[in-house]
Amino acid sequence: MKRPFHRAVFFFFLIFFLFFSDTAFSRELVVYSARKEHLIQPVFNRYTKESGIQIKYITDKAPVLLQRLKAEADNTPADLLITVDAGNLWHADNEGLLHPVSSNILVANIPRHLRDPENKWFGLSLRARTIVYSTKRVKPEDLSTYEALADPKWKKRLVLRTSKKVYNQSLVAMLIKEHGEQKAAEIVKGWVNNLSTAPFSNDTKTMEAILAGQGDVGIVNTYYYGRLVKKTPDIPLALFWPNQASSGVHVNVSGVGVVAASKNKAQAIAFLEWLSGGAAQKLFADANMEYPVNPKVPIHPMVASWGTFKQNTINLKNAGEYQSAAIRLMDRVGYK
Amino acid sequence: MRLSLGRVFLFHRQIIPDALVQKRKNRMGINAIIMGAALCVILPILFVFGSFLQPEPEIWQHILETLLFDLLINTGVLCIGVLAGTFVLGVGAAWLTASFEFPGRAIFNWALMLPLAVPTYVTAFVFIGLLDFSGPVQTFLRERGILSAQGFPNIRSAGGVIVVLSLALYPYVYLLARNAFETQGKRILEVSRVLGNRPAKAFFKSALPMARPWIAGGLTLVMMETLADFGAVSIFNYDTFTTGIYKAWFGFFSLAAAAQLSSVLLAFVFLVIFVEQRMRSKMVFHRMGRSDINSERIKLNGWKKWMACLFLTVMVSVAFFIPCLQLFLWSMKAVAVELEGRYIGLLIRSLLFSGMAVLVIVALGLVMSYVQRLHPDPFTTWVIRISTMGYAFPGTVLAVGIYIIITVVDRSLIWTVKGVSGISMTAVFNGTILPVLFAYTVRFLTLGYNSIHSGMLRIRKNLDETAILLGVTGKRLLKRVHIPMLKNGIFTAAVLVFVDVMKEMPITLMTRPFGWDTLAVKIFELTSEGEWQRAALPSITLVLAGLLPLVVLGKGGKRSFL
Repeated sequence: MKRPFHRAVFFFFLIFFLFFSDTAFSRELVVYSARKEHLIQPVFNRYTKESGIQIKYITDKAPVLLQRLKAEADNTPADLLITVDAGNLWHADNEGLLHPVSSNILVANIPRHLRDPENKWFGLSLRARTIVYSTKRVKPEDLSTYEALADPKWKKRLVLRTSKKVYNQSLVAMLIKEHGEQKAAEIVKGWVNNLSTAPFSNDTKTMEAILAGQGDVGIVNTYYYGRLVKKTPDIPLALFWPNQASSGVHVNVSGVGVVAASKNKAQAIAFLEWLSGGAAQKLFADANMEYPVNPKVPIHPMVASWGTFKQNTINLKNAGEYQSAAIRLMDRVGYK
Repeated sequence: MRLSLGRVFLFHRQIIPDALVQKRKNRMGINAIIMGAALCVILPILFVFGSFLQPEPEIWQHILETLLFDLLINTGVLCIGVLAGTFVLGVGAAWLTASFEFPGRAIFNWALMLPLAVPTYVTAFVFIGLLDFSGPVQTFLRERGILSAQGFPNIRSAGGVIVVLSLALYPYVYLLARNAFETQGKRILEVSRVLGNRPAKAFFKSALPMARPWIAGGLTLVMMETLADFGAVSIFNYDTFTTGIYKAWFGFFSLAAAAQLSSVLLAFVFLVIFVEQRMRSKMVFHRMGRSDINSERIKLNGWKKWMACLFLTVMVSVAFFIPCLQLFLWSMKAVAVELEGRYIGLLIRSLLFSGMAVLVIVALGLVMSYVQRLHPDPFTTWVIRISTMGYAFPGTVLAVGIYIIITVVDRSLIWTVKGVSGISMTAVFNGTILPVLFAYTVRFLTLGYNSIHSGMLRIRKNLDETAILLGVTGKRLLKRVHIPMLKNGIFTAAVLVFVDVMKEMPITLMTRPFGWDTLAVKIFELTSEGEWQRAALPSITLVLAGLLPLVVLGKGGKRSFL
């Protein structure tokens, strides 16, 4: 090898090193997000346009981001943490990574059960996990509650997503909160007995299985249904809102918290308040066909066409608190 | 005293007459640096082992009581199945193309490597999409009444995962086994044939045993990939030991428990490698005769040549062309929503990361195997053994280990800078691309080292002795004698590192600087939202980019590599 080659390689690395070791400048915010780029970027761009503040972000899985914040501790560049479920936010708070925010705007815009009682984190968009059924083989009168799906009449007709997904863990966590562990275990055991095939790795596959006739009824997040309907409008599937006479539909949030070690808290809070307001809420929810948490903001017409429903209003922090119990329970009854 | 790399090389520029003095300095210099580098690589691995300091009895109890038995059975079945599958496919294909002449042989030579460019998680989601109950194949068969609803084997099963992983991973075995068959010299086979052995017997009696370190190396890579795989098995919802690891972390939020479980996994891998190496520690695998003498491949005749051709065609089609065709069709549908200018950036960054990682890892692997050759003492051997274990960890767990080491180093540097100059910084290395390269090195060093090291084994020791007597030592020995003979191994290492870095997901996600998204990151974002079809576009781009080195090698390295 010739010397100039060595030199070229050396400079190649040096330039990259210098170029990317820039320190943060003031008119910017740094977001760690488990919500994916294509669902947050439009909102961030809008904010930059309105306020002139740049937003830098890194996406990854929520537990990984949590670990990253822990490792970086006081030196973290992050100002905000966004996740796609409340459980992960609860864990972040549990690790002391979030900063409490007292803001009248946030309290006014976000319903009580969708934010942390100590104001450490706030829901931004609402995701309902509800029942989906084949309109060819199921009459809506036959459906009533999540619990009723454990009834033997659904034997070999139920399809579910894997218990490893946090959405199902939250759902079962809320069942434990409501019914206690023993009753919840009976319900989940009933579901497992009724499965027509092994659990799927995602909600879309679950619905495709119902379409193909592998099962008749399942539990999914509404926006996955929305995506399918967008592609094929006359799809023989419909949503059913369960537990309307009792606890209400299980909901979760994609939410946000201000990082405790942030050096830019005032700006972060201002951004958070903006996120709970009209324009941002609409963008944030519509990007993924979810429901805005702010009840004053209009729902996307297609999402609205699925009808209104009563939500389960038990505070979402329980999803985090009972998550571990929920996983153990599902493992015990053999829900893969 | 710390020696810089430049100074060490200076030593070797002056020709010191006394070879012993030379050897002494050589030992201190290069050894110190390489051991230093190797120790850096070991740090994150030790960190993962260190998790045992923080016991997690509750989680262990839960896993032992409710999950462990099934997980171990599943993992064992998967591992044995994939090893058998890749052995048959990889060694079979390598033997066919290395020893026989049949139509299309030259093309298969090259085409058999193509599946390397397809990440296992992509192969997995394509096959699930095609072959599951709701997929087009089964739907077609049901609608035509060819098949009843239960007639098709369930793809989301042990068998399904084994087939998919075998198809995705066999190139590791193929590449190394072919390297072995091509470099072992034809004479050994000719002798065996002259002694009256039929080709099949010659294969089992001489070629296969002579290729053992290579095949073992390939199968080791396959085993590590299989055990550390999370993407493909989670798409199949097939629970393995790795599932338990992720559950400990993502479900129970205990990184310690996840790291402990990973360590157990790693100890197992380590044991297997150790036993295999022990069993062949007394054997030598030198080349017999010159490999560049063109010895005739056996011409297959009649139906045999078409069978060989058909077998390989089916294999390459199923492992590569069908998944690519499906990705292409999906991308066509998604192109309107997905394609935007940023794809150029994603592609360039993927290529940059891969290119830089190849430079670092191949250079380090080369020098390490050279040091190991000069000083095969137990210390060096063990340092190398441990520093090449990163490949067997589940990516995410290793990524955290690496990240924590980086932040610790950063914190002490920030503290020093503040003490010395009063300037307060928030990051030194963190947020640059150095941690990314460091992390890739920790993970993929084994690819660089093993491919080159098995080539080193082919070079007879008396060649070194002759060179040293002629006054060629140190760096010049490596450069003038070894490197020219190691071309195959170096190319193999470069290809493997390039495509593996390109496919790598968790480490890139965790250590990339702001804005440094790659194709793999994009695939992660889309697939984790369940947007499989939209992920086809970055996937097919990634596959095509991964083909680049294969194409370059196919063109430029006809004689030396293929």
